Amino acid sequence: MRKPASLALSGIASLGTITLAACGSGTTGGSASPGAAAPITIGVSVSLTGDFSGDGKALVQGYDLWAQDENAKGGLLGHHVTMKYVDDASSTTQVVTNYQNLITQDKVALVFGPFSSLLTIPASTVTNRFGYAFPEPAGGGPSVFTRGIHSLFFVQPAPVEDNLVSFTQWVLALPAAVRPATAAYATEDDPFTQPQVDKARALLEAGGVKTLSYKVYPAETTDFNPLAQQVIAANADVVILGTQEPDGVAFIKAFQQQHYNPKALVETAGPDQGSDFADKVGAGNTEGVMVPAGWWSSAKTPDNATFVSEFVAKYGGTPGGIPSDAPEAYSVGEVIDQAAQKAHSIDNAALITALHSGTFQTVQGPMGFDSLGKPNGASFLVQWQNGLTVPVYPASAAVAQPEYPKPDFSG
Amino acid sequence: MTLILEAVIFGILTGGVYALMASGLTLIFGVMRIINVGHGALVILGAYLSFELMRTAHIDPFVSLIITMPVMFALGVVLQLVFIRPLKEDREALSVLVTYALALGIEGLLGYLFTNNFVQLNAWYATSSIAVFGFHIAYVYLFGFALCLAILAALFLVLYRTTFGSAVRATMLNRTAAQLVGVNVDRVSAIAFGIGVSTAAAGGVIFGVTNAFNPGSHYDLISRLLTIIVLGGLGSLRGAIIAAIAMLIVEDVTAVVVSPVWASFAFFALLVIVLVVRPQGLYGIRVRERI
Repeated sequence: MRKPASLALSGIASLGTITLAACGSGTTGGSASPGAAAPITIGVSVSLTGDFSGDGKALVQGYDLWAQDENAKGGLLGHHVTMKYVDDASSTTQVVTNYQNLITQDKVALVFGPFSSLLTIPASTVTNRFGYAFPEPAGGGPSVFTRGIHSLFFVQPAPVEDNLVSFTQWVLALPAAVRPATAAYATEDDPFTQPQVDKARALLEAGGVKTLSYKVYPAETTDFNPLAQQVIAANADVVILGTQEPDGVAFIKAFQQQHYNPKALVETAGPDQGSDFADKVGAGNTEGVMVPAGWWSSAKTPDNATFVSEFVAKYGGTPGGIPSDAPEAYSVGEVIDQAAQKAHSIDNAALITALHSGTFQTVQGPMGFDSLGKPNGASFLVQWQNGLTVPVYPASAAVAQPEYPKPDFSG
Repeated sequence: MTLILEAVIFGILTGGVYALMASGLTLIFGVMRIINVGHGALVILGAYLSFELMRTAHIDPFVSLIITMPVMFALGVVLQLVFIRPLKEDREALSVLVTYALALGIEGLLGYLFTNNFVQLNAWYATSSIAVFGFHIAYVYLFGFALCLAILAALFLVLYRTTFGSAVRATMLNRTAAQLVGVNVDRVSAIAFGIGVSTAAAGGVIFGVTNAFNPGSHYDLISRLLTIIVLGGLGSLRGAIIAAIAMLIVEDVTAVVVSPVWASFAFFALLVIVLVVRPQGLYGIRVRERI
């Protein structure tokens, strides 16, 4: 006898089917072995589908551009470089399978990192087991560096949790008469966003800025109205949001709907997406919005101007529209190139040793790594002003004064 | 207290949008006894069609429904003929696989055409709001709710005031008996699938104005829509509407009173409690089948 609940259970079962099937699958292909001036393949698991697909595509652009430049100047220590990408569907299980396949079946010479701390953590466990150096562009959450892995190198100027430090320094450096007294926080429960917000909160509280509201929300949240309502109800001087692009846009739209205008608004991601962000929130509503950054299209860092012009020539768009993932990925290649020259080898053990000492010049600026691969630099603060993003703090990186208080949303 | 009241109001308004999206899903299940897990992808496809009309022809998202709903209706009929009708045995299980393949195909196609970057439908009513008793309610939620009411009312009229509606309801009650009394169930199924898909287009517009979306956005969406129709009772239009509004109210109030982290949990706890007491859902029909 079939039970009465069978129809309802069929629906629930199909939920499970979707969840499992959404894990996706990768692809495999040809390989090359390292050798004296022999061509080599560098393997990367990237998110071409799923939640991180936008960032994954930008990583591919950055890696491809580096490989093109590297081959144009004779290859990596004379080895012609071929990039091999496999899709991890933004899945923490698929990314593990991908790196295992790249190393054991495709026998790639080197591996570069995927997008996000979420995927970098399981991926680095695999690459470390096989003794591969693992330079990665986008996994900088605190949990990445707490597992005692010495083969991982986070190729950005600063660890993720320090991204908002420049913002807090700017707030606390404001004259007492205008310095914000209260703050409201909301953050996605993501290893990229929450550590940044938590550190900013600790620093601001230590500096005397009172917390009026602090909310953590799950990554799958789609209805941001209740969250935005709580931030608005707090009516704090500054609002600090741990967002990715979709929720960053949703919060700003909700603030506009409710005619809420904090004196300062900073988001961990979203405003860094250039014209893509402006199109979504409306060009008139970007003014004064802040975001931390490790790279900027007009920065006077080594080879940055060349990178920007090549990127625009190859992929189109404008310098301001280049997603930050691309220079981060490009920097991974730059760091490996310099480490290989220093070690006179592309052997992974030699590269790991070389990467642990000295400073490496990248389009994001100079950086070095501690024993756990954590970078030793600092991010800076960027603000939307007159339709463009410009560095505003600290003074060493700034090209304009911070706009404070932030103008009202234009609606 | 004000925050709770606001959460209830927004829960009702956004619940209406989910009700619209879920109505097509539950209608399709009711008529064909298939679980269309591609429904979320069809919602996103509808949103992209409106996005393309907005981008290339500067047509307002709501106005674009005049074009996208008939197009999606025709697409739904074709999909039913090509993919669903050939399923003769074990339809419930096979339909999950076939429609999931459909979802992946739509996701891949949209990714190829539009890239995987997030996009959003823009209109003046997306950020403008009206003050009602001290609350600022965005026009998009009011317009969206009005559209939901209009489409759902039209759906009820078709189902309960037309000969075709009688045929649909007869098919929903007993497919074999409907065939015996002369109902062309194949034709009814194709049209019902088309109607379900066209409501997905309408839901997609409101979803696209209120949320940034990309081709992969359908995964979260279909999970929520399936949950709604299970709570409401599979095949029950009335149940889907009430479940959608209940889900959004419970989630929004929990997010305000307790924490956003517990919002989804609260709803699923409610779902489990309802299914324990009423395994067929709020308005589902108890089905007994002989084996």
